Amino acid sequence: MAATRATRPPRSQKTIDEYLLSEQQLEDMYYHMLLARKLNERMLALNRQGRAPFVIAGAGQEAAQVGAAMALRKGTDYLAPYYRDLGMNLVFGMTAREAMLNLLAKRDDPNSHGRQMPSHWGNTARKVVTQSSVVTTQFLHAAGIGLAAKLRKDPIVVMACCGEGSTSRGDFHEALNFASIHRLPVIFFVQNNGYAITEKNEKEMAVEHVADRKRAYNMQGAVVDGMDAIAVYQTVRPAVDEARKGGGPHLIEAKCYRLWPHSSDDDDSRYRTKNELEEWSLKDPIKLFRERVESDGIFPRGDLDEIEARVEEEIREAAQWALMQPDPAPEDALGFVYKEL
Amino acid sequence: MTALTAIEAVRTALDEALAADDRVFILGEDVEAGGVFRATEGLRARYGERVIDSPLAESSIIGVCIGAAHYGLRPVAEIQFADFIHAGFDQLCSEASRWSYRTLGDAHLPMVVRTAWGGGVHGGQHHSQSIEAYYAHMPGIKVVAPSFPADYRSLLHAAIADPNPVLFLEHKRTYRLFRQEMDGAPAETRIGKARVTRQGGDLTIFAYGLMLHESLAAAETLSGEGTECTVVDLLTLNPLDRETILDSARATGKVLIVHEDTLTGGLGGEIAAIIAEHAFEYLDAPIRRVAGPDIPPIPFHHAMEDFFMPNRDKIASAARELAAY
Ligand SMILES: Cc1ncc(C[n+]2csc(CCOP(=O)(O)OP(=O)(O)O)c2C)c(N)n1
Ligand SMILES: [Mg+2]
Repeated sequence: MAATRATRPPRSQKTIDEYLLSEQQLEDMYYHMLLARKLNERMLALNRQGRAPFVIAGAGQEAAQVGAAMALRKGTDYLAPYYRDLGMNLVFGMTAREAMLNLLAKRDDPNSHGRQMPSHWGNTARKVVTQSSVVTTQFLHAAGIGLAAKLRKDPIVVMACCGEGSTSRGDFHEALNFASIHRLPVIFFVQNNGYAITEKNEKEMAVEHVADRKRAYNMQGAVVDGMDAIAVYQTVRPAVDEARKGGGPHLIEAKCYRLWPHSSDDDDSRYRTKNELEEWSLKDPIKLFRERVESDGIFPRGDLDEIEARVEEEIREAAQWALMQPDPAPEDALGFVYKEL
Repeated sequence: MTALTAIEAVRTALDEALAADDRVFILGEDVEAGGVFRATEGLRARYGERVIDSPLAESSIIGVCIGAAHYGLRPVAEIQFADFIHAGFDQLCSEASRWSYRTLGDAHLPMVVRTAWGGGVHGGQHHSQSIEAYYAHMPGIKVVAPSFPADYRSLLHAAIADPNPVLFLEHKRTYRLFRQEMDGAPAETRIGKARVTRQGGDLTIFAYGLMLHESLAAAETLSGEGTECTVVDLLTLNPLDRETILDSARATGKVLIVHEDTLTGGLGGEIAAIIAEHAFEYLDAPIRRVAGPDIPPIPFHHAMEDFFMPNRDKIASAARELAAY
């Protein structure tokens, strides 16, 4: 891939005013969204072939995830993600190979070494906080990291993510309340994809928008089109900057759509129509992004094909490689219950 | 240093830890004003923003401490009454206890959750309970329950120094039961070690918290009758000190386990199982348990509370029967 890149001059690093992003960043944005989608597609294929027991994907949420994660400082800021956040993790440095190790619960999966289900992220060195299956608990961890950073006077920001259904839990309320009392540098980023497994928004909340609740906590917040990566970045970036300066937490809701069933075990025809799905597919965030940057003349038409080829090759290689990596030994189940003194 | 009560020993340890390490901070309800048991009295004035009032939300207290410990601080949470800790059960069971395990030790949580437990204080259903069995069932969390002031001090230091989550149980009735001389630095202590508090050849009593003191009183009575008891202060409830448990059981051949917690599913069952599995041939009598009856603990009226609570008389009479077996 280095060879393909060398064939044209490097992208400009200069921020384009209208976007708040440079050409290079826009290319990275496209690359990460596409990598997330194509990885998920390959994962599902491996599942259907019987090689991967379980897939839970972020298809339809790539713009929300990549746009938001790019607003953070890699290596400095913390991410407390949820299971669909492959796109965020890729921005934070996860490789295609690591994503495949995770899917296959391989010994060397840096997230949990086969101890957790796939898509239960965590990478301490990259400041991705380890996450369980229990939804929304990580909101309080994010508040705790924010409190610690405030006590230490470290200018960092934490982003906590969850789906809209998960905002019904008590830990959502408790975390927003706590973070707002102490004006902690936390971005609570909710990806509203229309469904909590089978339940639509109206079964989860009586308010129209999750972000309406910001008033109850006296915190700042916004609703943003989660199918538009650039809009997400433009909403999250100023919030991150403010939070870093001590401006307190934000509640940001990205409206997106879950293009796939809940997981590889779900049949969504039980609870949603083909029509609805087709309508939303027209708003596929990756397609929309490419159309916009091409019609705005940022990239000549066809220029991004190279990224597609690069992503395909990366994933093909990663899957092939990961399948051959060692599994954990049965007795690897033991150990690390306690950290040794 | 002078003689301290248990609550003073806790306060002393907190003060020493806050002074020694600026990563240590306290989070809990009413802690800025000293807390309802006065464990944190004076600390806000001395350590400012490292002594923090939490909102009335137990999941927050524990969940926020998880995040702060992950960041590298050393939080000491206070849950006002153990009876209210269960709102934080999810954070302890699903998160804290698995943090090291699921990251292969890449991340770990040096945090302490202190809480006031136990009956005999006219606290009724929700200010009296024994909660240790629920939490001692979680691999990944250490559970400590001292009964002597000096142990409160040294074990609280050990808990704060430990790289793992430690649930530190403080029995309300032991807070001001008596004073103990404590000179100089706290004793070097390891979490995970039980202590033989009294040595006797006829039978062994295992206990912790207030029941340790009741067991010692019962042992004194029995000694006057010619029966000598070993009394083991368990101190750490998870992981249990199997070695000391088995050594004492083997040495006396008769075992009485005492706890305030209700009988079924209480820690006595686990201790009995350890002995039955590994010291069966040494036993001269069936293992006995003295525990709270299987009712939702603890009824408020003093007559019913007394009926519920194990005490020195109930322990002595069980010990007599066991000695005579
Ligand atoms: C506390 C808890 N309850 C139930 C579940 C099972 N569960 C997993 S995902 C999910 C729906 C979550 O919906 P939402 O928060 O909208 O996120 P989405 O999956 O739509 O991205 C449920 C009920 C869980 N993981 N945790
Ligand atoms: Mg949802």
